[in-house]
Amino acid sequence: MISDLVDLGPVPDCWTRRHLLGLEDLTAEELTLILDKADVFRKAIDEGHRKFPLLTGRTCVNLFFENSTRTRTSFSLAARRLGADTVDFSAATSSLSKGETVIDTAKNIEAMGVDVMVVRHRTPGTPRLLSQNLDCSIVNAGDGPHEHPTQGLLDILTIRQRLGRIAGLTVAMVGDIAHSRTARSNIWGLKTLGAEVIVCGPSTLVSPRWRELGVEYSYSLDAILPRVDVLNLLRIQFERQFTRPFPSVREYATLYAMDSQRLAKTKDDILILAPGPINRGVEVTPDVADGDHSAILQQVTNGVAVRMAVLWLLAGRP
Amino acid sequence: MSRILIENGRVIDPSQQIDRVMNLLIDGGKIAAYDVQPAAEDTVIDATGKIVSPGLIDMHVHLREPGREEDETIRTGTAAALAGGFTSIACIPNTEPPIDSQATVEFVRHQANRADQCNVFVLGCVSKNREGKELAEIAQLYEAGAVAFTDDGAPVYDAELMRRAFEYCLMFDKPILNHAEILELTQHGVMHEGLVSLQLGLGGIPAAAEDVMVSRDIALAEATGGRLHIMHVSTAGSVEALRRAKKRGVRVTAEVTPHHLTLTDEALRTFDSNYKMNPPLRSRDHVDACIAALADGTLDAIATDHAPHAQEKKMQELDRAPFGIVGLETCLGLVVTQLIEPGHLDWSTALAKMTVNPARILGIAKGTLAIGADADVTVIDPDVQWTVDPAQFCSKSRNTPYTGWVLRGRATTVIVGGRIKFQR
Repeated sequence: MISDLVDLGPVPDCWTRRHLLGLEDLTAEELTLILDKADVFRKAIDEGHRKFPLLTGRTCVNLFFENSTRTRTSFSLAARRLGADTVDFSAATSSLSKGETVIDTAKNIEAMGVDVMVVRHRTPGTPRLLSQNLDCSIVNAGDGPHEHPTQGLLDILTIRQRLGRIAGLTVAMVGDIAHSRTARSNIWGLKTLGAEVIVCGPSTLVSPRWRELGVEYSYSLDAILPRVDVLNLLRIQFERQFTRPFPSVREYATLYAMDSQRLAKTKDDILILAPGPINRGVEVTPDVADGDHSAILQQVTNGVAVRMAVLWLLAGRP
Repeated sequence: MSRILIENGRVIDPSQQIDRVMNLLIDGGKIAAYDVQPAAEDTVIDATGKIVSPGLIDMHVHLREPGREEDETIRTGTAAALAGGFTSIACIPNTEPPIDSQATVEFVRHQANRADQCNVFVLGCVSKNREGKELAEIAQLYEAGAVAFTDDGAPVYDAELMRRAFEYCLMFDKPILNHAEILELTQHGVMHEGLVSLQLGLGGIPAAAEDVMVSRDIALAEATGGRLHIMHVSTAGSVEALRRAKKRGVRVTAEVTPHHLTLTDEALRTFDSNYKMNPPLRSRDHVDACIAALADGTLDAIATDHAPHAQEKKMQELDRAPFGIVGLETCLGLVVTQLIEPGHLDWSTALAKMTVNPARILGIAKGTLAIGADADVTVIDPDVQWTVDPAQFCSKSRNTPYTGWVLRGRATTVIVGGRIKFQR
């Protein structure tokens, strides 16, 4: 019955991971496997299918210590489409406020019978800490400015669908690189798959040290526009900045907002991504965000497909 | 008190430039004679193949009592000191309440006497309640036995208060020990700011946060003629500033911890909170600068910054977990394995950093095997190999990054005031 809907086959033997904590240490083969499977789900979704009973009887918990609507909804939908039971747990309603440690909280939830725990936390490394102390699979849904692997994967999937490849492309991540987990996951995944990456933004948010990691850096969006294939416009993470890294939002926008004038300087087939939620008028003007080059909504749809692929790979073995 | 004869050991006493095989006699709690033969009633310790050192001194230990006995007590902390080969430690006053009054100094000394293990020298607060606003009653603390002054855990932040502290301590010829950190630069930082923090997205603690404060403190010590001691130096910039200041004759000394000499920020890739300390583990260039400065005398002392934390506190998210690691029971093995064996330090220089130098900084009559001195002696087996197993620690806490490390060199006999307090 399953094979009627999607052409997946069993979880391949080459997939040996129990957790998805980041893209930094994934191989090109592993990245490609996830993207290929996500493509299969995406195609089936586009054909109108909504239910794929591949994880029937499994339980996925969203354990979110930071606010999120889009990512949590996306993971919930992905799990439900695979037939898994899902539960949401948010820190505001938890006993964390009563002084319980994060490990105890997670262990208590796991003891209720959990197969996959999707974790978002303000602190880098917390999903890894849980993976070392729990038996279930852990998916990192964003740990501070460290990694957000499924966001990286859905961005890369969107690029691959629109431009047909990753290797050889030049992708610019623009904006608040310092505080962006999306930037980091994209950088590791794109580099492994053979793309060139440029990080671009004000000098308080873009370190020259990125060069030591094989990543080009630039303070001038205008300078790099003519030679990039993809622009990924990152949100300014005001909530993670403890001191203001630029004098005003207005000044930032004059230097880095992607508007129609800047669009005119790009390649004709430029692809514009934004991991969202976008600050319209800050990182991108509405006409560009909603224009033909933008793939913002396609990214969101791909998010569900990527998360289905990840959950299936981690929990899909009988 | 019976006589103890330590026989046939290689006696290394940097305070007298002694380094030779000989017998050492202890009588009446004092070092009594060299090169004598045992009498029938003597307790004889065969030190063949071993090193006989003045009792080791750790001038930077957090004993946690009073206030945080779940992490360490004076009894467990002094037991850990003995197991690590230390006969004297100086305890940091950031307890709850802080050691800013005669009563708290006397409480700690009383508890140390009750524990009856190693010598405990008390450091007093610079400021009342460690708040950094007004000077603590330093003269009374001194009267009660405090040997130096520090607000460690936090820097003495107000430059005017620091200047007054230097001036006031001129009366007692005691140093101010400062934790050098510009707090505006380190907010939300959990590790060294550099390539690794960039990759991991972890909040950075820049080297400049230490460099700037060290330079301020040097300038104030120079202006007042006061005595400054920089705690847990971790940066190449601090080292350079100290080197220049010493050359000019500023009365400044400095210590470095074993972890800042043996680990780098690369360790944080594991996100393990046992690598979280303040100052943070730095990058290789800083570590190399600290090792070089230890060798050339810019850094005077090795001190552990022994900072016990109960496991439930450390097993948290990296930003919530407290800074610090235990150090008393791994220090000597790390010094032997990581500094002496690779040739960075010879035995005499290394032992000077753990005996006579901290004794001189604190102005205490310790750290020597001179005839007539208190018989505090550490006998070290330089060849014994052992594996760090936190379950075996005498300390109440287990927060070490060295679990599983194979070290060489360990104290086998520790004598305090002429009494054998520890043997393994």
